[in-house]
Amino acid sequence: MAEKKTFQRGKLAPVPSGAVIPERDLDKHPILECRRLGIDFGGLHAVQDFNLTIGRTEIAGLIGPNGAGKTTVFNLLTKVYQPTRGTILLDGMDTSGKTTEQINRMGIARTFQNIRLFNNLSVEDNVKIGLHNQEPYSLADAIFRLPRYWRQEKTAHERAMELLSIFDMQDLADHRAGSLPYGAQRRLEIVRALATNPSLLLLDEPAAGMNPSETTELMENIVKIRDTFQIAVMLIEHDMNLVMGICEGICVLNFGQVIAKGSPEDIQANPAVIEAYLGRKKEK
Amino acid sequence: MTTLINYLLSGISLGSVYAIIALGYTMVYGIAKMLNFAHGDVIMVGAYICFFATSRYHLPPLLGVLGAMAVCTVLGILVERLAYKPLRSAPSLAVLITAIGVSYLLQNGAQLLWTPNPKVFSPIVGNGRVTLLDGQVSVSHVALVTIASCVVIMLGLTWFTSKTKMGKAMRACSEDKGAAQLMGINVNRTISVTFAIGSALAALAGVLLCSAYPTLVPTTGSMPGIKAFTAAVFGGIGSIPGAMLGGILLGVIEIFAKAYISTQLSDAVVFAVLIIVLLVKPTGLLGKQINEKV
Repeated sequence: MAEKKTFQRGKLAPVPSGAVIPERDLDKHPILECRRLGIDFGGLHAVQDFNLTIGRTEIAGLIGPNGAGKTTVFNLLTKVYQPTRGTILLDGMDTSGKTTEQINRMGIARTFQNIRLFNNLSVEDNVKIGLHNQEPYSLADAIFRLPRYWRQEKTAHERAMELLSIFDMQDLADHRAGSLPYGAQRRLEIVRALATNPSLLLLDEPAAGMNPSETTELMENIVKIRDTFQIAVMLIEHDMNLVMGICEGICVLNFGQVIAKGSPEDIQANPAVIEAYLGRKKEK
Repeated sequence: MTTLINYLLSGISLGSVYAIIALGYTMVYGIAKMLNFAHGDVIMVGAYICFFATSRYHLPPLLGVLGAMAVCTVLGILVERLAYKPLRSAPSLAVLITAIGVSYLLQNGAQLLWTPNPKVFSPIVGNGRVTLLDGQVSVSHVALVTIASCVVIMLGLTWFTSKTKMGKAMRACSEDKGAAQLMGINVNRTISVTFAIGSALAALAGVLLCSAYPTLVPTTGSMPGIKAFTAAVFGGIGSIPGAMLGGILLGVIEIFAKAYISTQLSDAVVFAVLIIVLLVKPTGLLGKQINEKV
């Protein structure tokens, strides 16, 4: 196992010049605000009356039994699905009518429950795809190999390596993404998402299939990412140790509806949550 | 021996045309996951544009080729926008039928505009031939230009897809459009660029094809189109080197079949080889096995 590298705050390479960095005014708005968000699939209310506010550097958890609508919420936030009702405010801006890629540029990045890396691209290229919306060089620059192309390619390479170093993955840069072991693929997904320079990172079951020691490492890394990049993280997870360990606010969904919101302690003591997970005690 | 070399050279030259057309099929399939059966007719449009530019308006050949490429680029983007984009989430069969419809539209449009009477295309690089080995091996300038174009395009595209931002975006889209979109890639623009490149190459192929076989009618594009599609499947559809390899092999097989078996049977031989290859290796020569995850 590679020697563990401590990650220092502020050690990241500067973002490529000319990049549009979403303005992050720490006092003004919460980063994300959902108001009465809802979506129907035919007659099924997959998500209903979903209200949620996430602070700028908060780590928030979204939990609930299988089929509760957690991934649907992520798909709504990233506009994979268009909401039937309600509004999503990202950084105080209404996101209605935006496309998925515009949402990404506005500052939401995500990972997937079932890993969706670009398997035939190298690890580095996967990260560079994420960096795409920050590289302003044009096709003409690339074809004629103008200085700007080289400059941007160089910064992109440095930035990709810097991001990979979060998880000590620099040595794997030239490997094909599909050839990486499972855990490394999960980590690469997070790196790729971070490369898009988000202000809100959505992690869909980041610890799925990981052993306890990998999960502990992942928890440290999520906190480290939040601290380094000063971003908000929202995660869906079934591993309660992880959720209770690092989330500051937790939202519990069941059958598409929020049944509880609060701090980990509140949630653990909440009778509705216990009922949703364990069922009701039989009345005598 | 020298006749064999002659046949081989003309096979490679014909194959290069197939390869250039096949690239359009394979790139569009790789990214939009659709078979653009109108691709063959873009070849015909390109050839007509070049014909009118050089024969009627007496423009220099190079301008004729560039003009044809420009017109076809616009045509390709328009066809994609108007006919295929609205069907992006429709079942693939609907898109396929639309593509066949577009193909007939282009053929019949060309008949209306340019009449079904054959036009005699004058080769863009003249009728000269290069002779080697005391005149025993001879190869036309057109064939040389065709082979050279094919090599340049192959190298150019390989560089483009592996090194540029847009090229990487294309590869990302071909693997997972949804994930690419969530990483901030404009999928619609990427698909447009793919159609643009494919159509520009088709125009070039049309000019090269008609320089070698100078009769130009509104259905000129359909047979080479089908053959190039075959070449793309033969090499492994979705794979750029596969389209190149498939195209060139197909050209060589066709010429050899014409020379040594029978002129009438040559197409039958070509398709028989395709069937055999697909029986042995269903993904094509360089195709990858794709396990779709549910």
